[in-house]
Amino acid sequence: MRLIVPLRGVIQGRGGLFVGSLIPCCLFYFLQLYLKRRRPPPPSDPTELTRTSSRSNLFSRGNSIGRVRISSRAVPVAKPTDSAYYIGLERVKTDPYDRITNTDGIIQLGLAESTLCFDLLQKWMSENLMESIMQSNDGEFDISSIVMYKPFEGLLELRVAFADFMSRIMGGNVSFDPSNMVITAGGTPAIEVLAFCLADHGNAFLIPSPYYPGFDRDIKFRTGVELIPVHCRSSDNFTVTVSALEQTYNQARKRGSKVSGILFSNPSNPVGNILSRETLRDILIFAQDKNIHVISDEIFAGSVYGDKEFVSMAEIVGSGEFDKSRVHIIYGLSKDLSIPGFRAGVIYSFHEDVVNAATKLMRFSSVAVPVQRILISLLSDTRFIEEYMTAHRQRIRDKHILFVEGLKQLGIPCAESGGGLYCWVDMSSLLTSYSEKGELELFEKLLSVAKINATPGTACYCIEPGWFRCCFTALADEDIPVIMERIRKLAESSRS
Amino acid sequence: MTRTETNRSRSSNSNSENSGDGGGGTTGMRIIVPLQGVVQGRGGLFLGSVIPCAFFYFFQFYLKRNRKNESDNSGEQNSSASTPNSVSNSGFPDPTRSQSAGHLTELTGLPRSLSRILLSPRHSGGAVSVSGRVNSVIKGGDSPYYVGQKRVEEDPYDELGNPDGVIQLGLAQNNKLSLDDWDLENPKEAISDGLSISGIASYEPSDGLMELKMVVAGFMTEATKNSVSFDPSQLVLTSGASSATEILSFCLADSGNAFLVPTPCSPGYDRDIKWRTGVDIIHVPCRSADNFNISMVVLDRAFYQAKKRGVRIRGIIISNPSNPMGSLLSRENLYALLDFARERNIHIISNEIFAGSVHHEEDGEFVSMAEIVDTEENIDRERVHIVYDLSKDLSFPGLRSAAIYSFNESVLSASRKLTTLSPVSSPTQHLLISAISKPKFVQRFVNSNRQRLQSTYTLLVKGLKDLGIECTRSNGGFYCWADMRGLMSSYSEKGEIELWNKLLNIGKINVIPGSCCHCIEPGWFRFCFSNLSESDVPVVMNRIRKVCETCKSQN
Repeated sequence: MRLIVPLRGVIQGRGGLFVGSLIPCCLFYFLQLYLKRRRPPPPSDPTELTRTSSRSNLFSRGNSIGRVRISSRAVPVAKPTDSAYYIGLERVKTDPYDRITNTDGIIQLGLAESTLCFDLLQKWMSENLMESIMQSNDGEFDISSIVMYKPFEGLLELRVAFADFMSRIMGGNVSFDPSNMVITAGGTPAIEVLAFCLADHGNAFLIPSPYYPGFDRDIKFRTGVELIPVHCRSSDNFTVTVSALEQTYNQARKRGSKVSGILFSNPSNPVGNILSRETLRDILIFAQDKNIHVISDEIFAGSVYGDKEFVSMAEIVGSGEFDKSRVHIIYGLSKDLSIPGFRAGVIYSFHEDVVNAATKLMRFSSVAVPVQRILISLLSDTRFIEEYMTAHRQRIRDKHILFVEGLKQLGIPCAESGGGLYCWVDMSSLLTSYSEKGELELFEKLLSVAKINATPGTACYCIEPGWFRCCFTALADEDIPVIMERIRKLAESSRS
Repeated sequence: MTRTETNRSRSSNSNSENSGDGGGGTTGMRIIVPLQGVVQGRGGLFLGSVIPCAFFYFFQFYLKRNRKNESDNSGEQNSSASTPNSVSNSGFPDPTRSQSAGHLTELTGLPRSLSRILLSPRHSGGAVSVSGRVNSVIKGGDSPYYVGQKRVEEDPYDELGNPDGVIQLGLAQNNKLSLDDWDLENPKEAISDGLSISGIASYEPSDGLMELKMVVAGFMTEATKNSVSFDPSQLVLTSGASSATEILSFCLADSGNAFLVPTPCSPGYDRDIKWRTGVDIIHVPCRSADNFNISMVVLDRAFYQAKKRGVRIRGIIISNPSNPMGSLLSRENLYALLDFARERNIHIISNEIFAGSVHHEEDGEFVSMAEIVDTEENIDRERVHIVYDLSKDLSFPGLRSAAIYSFNESVLSASRKLTTLSPVSSPTQHLLISAISKPKFVQRFVNSNRQRLQSTYTLLVKGLKDLGIECTRSNGGFYCWADMRGLMSSYSEKGEIELWNKLLNIGKINVIPGSCCHCIEPGWFRFCFSNLSESDVPVVMNRIRKVCETCKSQN
């Protein structure tokens, strides 16, 4: 446009047809000549390096050596985060609450970890840890059994133990096949590997929101797969509906994105509700209809404390009326066994290609062999597991009642929940304005005035402002009144 | 003056380029509109329409020619261009914004593949497909490298239990050499020291505890004989050298960019670099005539050839001590490489996973890239990244722990976040801390490891020489690089694979053929001798002799 507009003036003003056409002709010729010359860059050109790199490098052309740049996809990864979830976690690190030494510190309600059954774990570890690592067939310790290369997808013994453990915590209604299983270094690599295997760069997963804020990192950082939230509302107690799925799917299609699958957590994270058999069937039917994958994140399957029964996707698909190959399940021990430091997770898939690919990709995130040894003995100790799971559930239930009651007395309700290490709190009464901005203001106030780190709903892509996820399983009973007092003070100051 | 002019022409130039990329139709319109004025204003209908017609024709012609040349390239650029957008939005709490931005890039980025994928499931009726990119992962793994490993797994040699099994000379693990030094007392102590419940059960930094980084840095300093001290804050721990390499290639290059890799190189790069990050490898062949040294001339040529094809080179990957040759890069070589990288403004990844396994030190000293850049300015340090693997020098690959050592703050902060995707578990971290923090133990261990490597290497090379097989001189790592050209039936890659088959099936030894290491000359094999005890060497020699005999009888 810029080149041509002035020419129009020349032509109309003068009217000389010959000149009027000769000039653009020449200009055009030169343009072509220029473009042509510029296409294959002459190799001897010393300024060539800067030419290939993008604009900002032009500034450094003055000095002959430019700064070397990292890849453009790593730039956003390197940048400091702006998700409230991670900001909160970072802030706690700078000033963590301690009952005795730092009573003014920030109380962590943002991280889903449990210390409720440390006493049981401690006991087991002190009794069995050495044997579990040192075990060998002939009674003599052979160090090569723990330090040498072993299959990256996990020792078969571990996969058998894992399968047995999973079926146990899921009520025994479903059995898992160790050959469909790949052991990963935690739930995070598991979800990334699945995203890589099921969707290409630029494809999308549907995900009922609010959802776990960590998915953004786990999935988007490297695989380039998009997450399209399917908004759920408090009026449905944040349960996904087929009509919402359908609508979001169609909208995504209209915008031209390819939806490769649907990803959801069950028990849901952050709400903590448990999907019913009917909902799971509906999701499967929907997926079958659209021919997309289903990823069920069941990492909290053993942390169910309500009256509602947990149903695994494996059980639904095991009934035989559905195509199994589209169903993939993620599980891990970080939450249910409270050993996040072990970084042990599993991909359970009915799709042979996915299992094969994941097996190979496990070279990048496998579980160290000594850790596998410990896990084998831990998971095969059925007496301990039974004892632990009963205590785990009971203690979450007690803590949940205590925490929710405390909030209730302040006039703050929680969503109905039956699983997970957290509850989903409706703090909309404390908002100064019913908006995302108001919510983030409250988050900031909670963090700096009340000194509580709770994850705001916006970080979880919740469309209704004022909801917060509070993890209560790392709290001692005596911490709960402290928290309630801090919230009460905040509520009073905001009212006055 | 000249600078402003070039800038201006550059910007106008990029305008025209943009419009060209956007599609022929719109650009054509822009040019035609003013020419219409010529026709109408003057009335010289014939000339007025012929001239614009001709213009338009030539312009279209030009665009078309250009389009074809660049079609592959622009596809890649588009897809890589969409990456930063989609990723940069990941952190925003506002759902609508991030989503829509993602889709915009999608629309421009991937229209072609999209429609095709959408159509196919309709017709195939039901079976749900995996992603396109995972196919290369599924298919990968039929190279001799993996076939050989599998054979060993199925039928491993054991001096007493299975004397007819396949002897493992392919996998770089230190089976017999140093395990005696892990005296029974020590690991037990290490484990019980390390594993207390509060430490192992809760979340800990996935990039490594500071405590561990300090001992690792100390160990690396020790391994390089204190010639350079490593800064723990520049370390990021990952689960294995594979993931370290993968994280680095993600951070340094976009999908479709490439690294220069002098060959023969480690067979693992193909999977570590290509599988998930979409980065290409451009092999730079080194020849036996140069003793497989890297030639700067060849590097230069490879760089410009890639450029001409429109491939952007983001770095060069070297291994020192070299895998598979086991040779050490000299100080001069390292300076030359650094100069090369500086001139081309690219990164250097130096793979120093065998830094502590240097044997025959009288033949040459190991110089870490970190030592070379120690004296350089910051601007040059930022291009240097080192991969270090704890499992090789300390002989515990099962612990899956390696480290990235980088001078680039952005790379470090990105890598730290990415380690949640390949973390070192807390029990492992504590085990490592208590194992390596005893300096006496480490020193003794490294020394005896070196001595054992030295004696086995000497035995093996001498044995091979007696059979008429020469090895290149090597003094680092677990490998020797054997010239078996004399045994091939034909001087070609096919001949090499034939010989490899014979070695595996008749000789029952698993070695790595040069083709897996992308060696340009056929007939070279990588022998990994760290698995052998001294008593195994004669067995290996006997087996090779058997293969030699069958080769000769056939010839």
